[in-house]
Amino acid sequence: MNSMPANYLWLIPLLPFAGFLINGTLGRRLPRGLVSAVALLFTAAPACLVAWLWSTMVGAGAPEVLHSPAQTWISITGLHVDFTLAVDHLTLVMLAVVTGVGFLIHLYSVGYMAHEEGYWRFFAYLNLFMFFMLVLVLAENFLLLFVGWEGVGLASYLLIGFYFTKQSAADAGRKAFVVNRVGDFGFLLAMFLLVMHFGSLDFTTVFSQTSLLDVTGHIPPLCQGLCTILYTPYSGGFLTAICLLLVLGAAGKSAQIPLYVWLPDAMEGPTPVSALIHAATMVTAGIYMVARCHVLFDHSPIALTVVACIGAATAIFAASIGMVQHDIKRVLAYSTISQLGYMFLACGVAAYSAAIFHLVTHAFFKALLFLAAGSVIHALSGEQDMRRMGGLRSRTPITFLTMSAGVFAIAGIPPLAGFVSKDEILFQTFASPNPLAKLLWVLGLITAGMTSFYMFRLWYKTFFGELRLNPVHGANDAHAHEQEHGAAQAEHPHGVHESPWIMLGPLAILGVLSVVGGWIGWPAALGGNNHFEHFLDPVFVSTTALQDPSAMNADQVSHGMEIGLAAISVLVALAGWYAADLLYRQKPGRATRLARQMRPVYETLENKYWVDEIYESFLLLPLVMFTRGMLELIFERGIVNGSGRAFAMITRGFAWFARRQISGNIRSYAGWLAIGAAAVLAVMVFGHSLLVHL
Amino acid sequence: MVPIAYYLVLGAVLFSIGIGAFLIKRNVITIFISIELMLNAVNLTFVAFAHKWHQVSGQIFVFFVMVVAAAEAAVGLAIIIAIFRTRRTLNVDEIDLMNS
Repeated sequence: MNSMPANYLWLIPLLPFAGFLINGTLGRRLPRGLVSAVALLFTAAPACLVAWLWSTMVGAGAPEVLHSPAQTWISITGLHVDFTLAVDHLTLVMLAVVTGVGFLIHLYSVGYMAHEEGYWRFFAYLNLFMFFMLVLVLAENFLLLFVGWEGVGLASYLLIGFYFTKQSAADAGRKAFVVNRVGDFGFLLAMFLLVMHFGSLDFTTVFSQTSLLDVTGHIPPLCQGLCTILYTPYSGGFLTAICLLLVLGAAGKSAQIPLYVWLPDAMEGPTPVSALIHAATMVTAGIYMVARCHVLFDHSPIALTVVACIGAATAIFAASIGMVQHDIKRVLAYSTISQLGYMFLACGVAAYSAAIFHLVTHAFFKALLFLAAGSVIHALSGEQDMRRMGGLRSRTPITFLTMSAGVFAIAGIPPLAGFVSKDEILFQTFASPNPLAKLLWVLGLITAGMTSFYMFRLWYKTFFGELRLNPVHGANDAHAHEQEHGAAQAEHPHGVHESPWIMLGPLAILGVLSVVGGWIGWPAALGGNNHFEHFLDPVFVSTTALQDPSAMNADQVSHGMEIGLAAISVLVALAGWYAADLLYRQKPGRATRLARQMRPVYETLENKYWVDEIYESFLLLPLVMFTRGMLELIFERGIVNGSGRAFAMITRGFAWFARRQISGNIRSYAGWLAIGAAAVLAVMVFGHSLLVHL
Repeated sequence: MVPIAYYLVLGAVLFSIGIGAFLIKRNVITIFISIELMLNAVNLTFVAFAHKWHQVSGQIFVFFVMVVAAAEAAVGLAIIIAIFRTRRTLNVDEIDLMNS
């Protein structure tokens, strides 16, 4: 298929890259207006291209998949990899989210970063991120996907450490990078296994060959001849091994247990970065990858169960931590981890379109929540501690309004976006044939209650009651933003101000999307037509049919049950809201009393189950000791430094000898000359006969 | 006819005397003369071989050597005079500026 838009596919990722090159090389000398114009232009243009692409790919008779013309990248014996981009409906959805939300966040950043040092650097990195993210979703083979995968990790590292003069920010960036490397290692191993078993990294090749296998990964008799002729015989476990390694990679990128620890620390970056990279797009790469490889996962029930369990466990684990955090961005970070857990759970019960649906709505409302939180932080001159917020409802009315949309959406209050997508996941989990389905559903339900609780807690603490802002600034860690606004504070006695329109505009758009975004996938049980799910059918449905008959769950379970489940989860969400209302609005002192009564529980949660400390003492400390003891002492000092020193000593000794010969005494030179001449003569006369004798 | 070995032995003896004087003597002019002696010992060998093999190239070489020796004598004597003017000595053991 080589129609018009396919020839322009490469423009979509390369335009932001051009923006990165311009801002990255010349940005330092350009005025701020021009820097932001370049950044916005090179983000808006791909968004328009995506819109054009979308218009050509929907409707009757439109192509299901578009491939860009292939350019050979690697061609060696046994492996051929092309630079190929491809678009199907799944990629289309991801492209729309990445370019759409990405553009809005670029717009917001123009206002948010207006006073920052390194303005050009920020936008250069942001465009670089867009480039790699678009490569990631457009890639048609695992290797190109991996390029994007690593690239977004790099951009994330650069942006987390944007305030690199601050130690904690630099540390957080490094932590994110190192933890992600653990996941990438799994991804790499998975690719090696793929090359070993399929001899290819192309999605089409790998998936079409996998489809030949039956559900358990054994070769059906009909295809046996073909497979054994082409490749080494398959063993039943290799798909599971590949899938589990891919899950490791996805867990790193999408912040799932056990590799979630980097995401809360990543909040050291500027808030728009948290919104774009660590909430809306990059962290969903793992979900996208699992959904993209759904053919592999469908053939490995074990891997699917692992995915579901990781997802459910992460969801409830992170939500419980989020309930007691004080930093507004950290609450949102744990909330992100928890919501990503939902998406993993959905993937794990083979409800891929539900996962992608939640990914989209989550991108809307979580980007909105982060941007609104950024607006709050902006209003309070860099304050992030919710204990010192409050009463912002009247002072920042538009931020309050938009954030409320986000809070209600994520809490799952109908008919907002979060309700629709989250309920789809819970319903699919409940209806799944997986033996653990009911347990997973209960975990998901409890998480929904917790989500509602911590989001309304944030809402009440930030916007209601009295402003508890401490007038003394600078006591908390100094971040360039704070210092900048600390100066502004002196001019305005109250300091609390609504953000400029360029920040409120994206907030308003995302707010509307958070409300109506879910309606594209309104479930049939509630009078809709599951439009979103049908949109993704070309990508996912072929394999759903391949599963064993009992897996044809969604249609068999009655609509009545779906409505019942939805009612239950709405009740749970309302209960969470009520609890937050009780603790933080009606009797503000009650929360602290409760915390004191349940001290062990509270402390465990506030210290995040001491996971960071456990990792530090059981993984990091032995590693550091090994490095210091073995590598530094023996290898570094002994071998590396030692050999260098030995060479230096040999050279010095030789030089000492040679220097002695430069005496300035002509007669000694003459002597050496005579000896040299005699030696040459001797070689010429006797050398030949010596050689012959030897 | 005198055998060629006689010429060669004479050349070798002259050359050895030249080397010995070159290494032992301290006066620059004596060293200079010993260099001339070595050059002429070589010239003698060239001429002897040229005569023996009836080849003219040996004799041409001798002319070259003589020209080079003349040029060298001119430059060398100029240097010696310059050294003597500045340092008031011709003892090579005292001319050791490179000994740091």
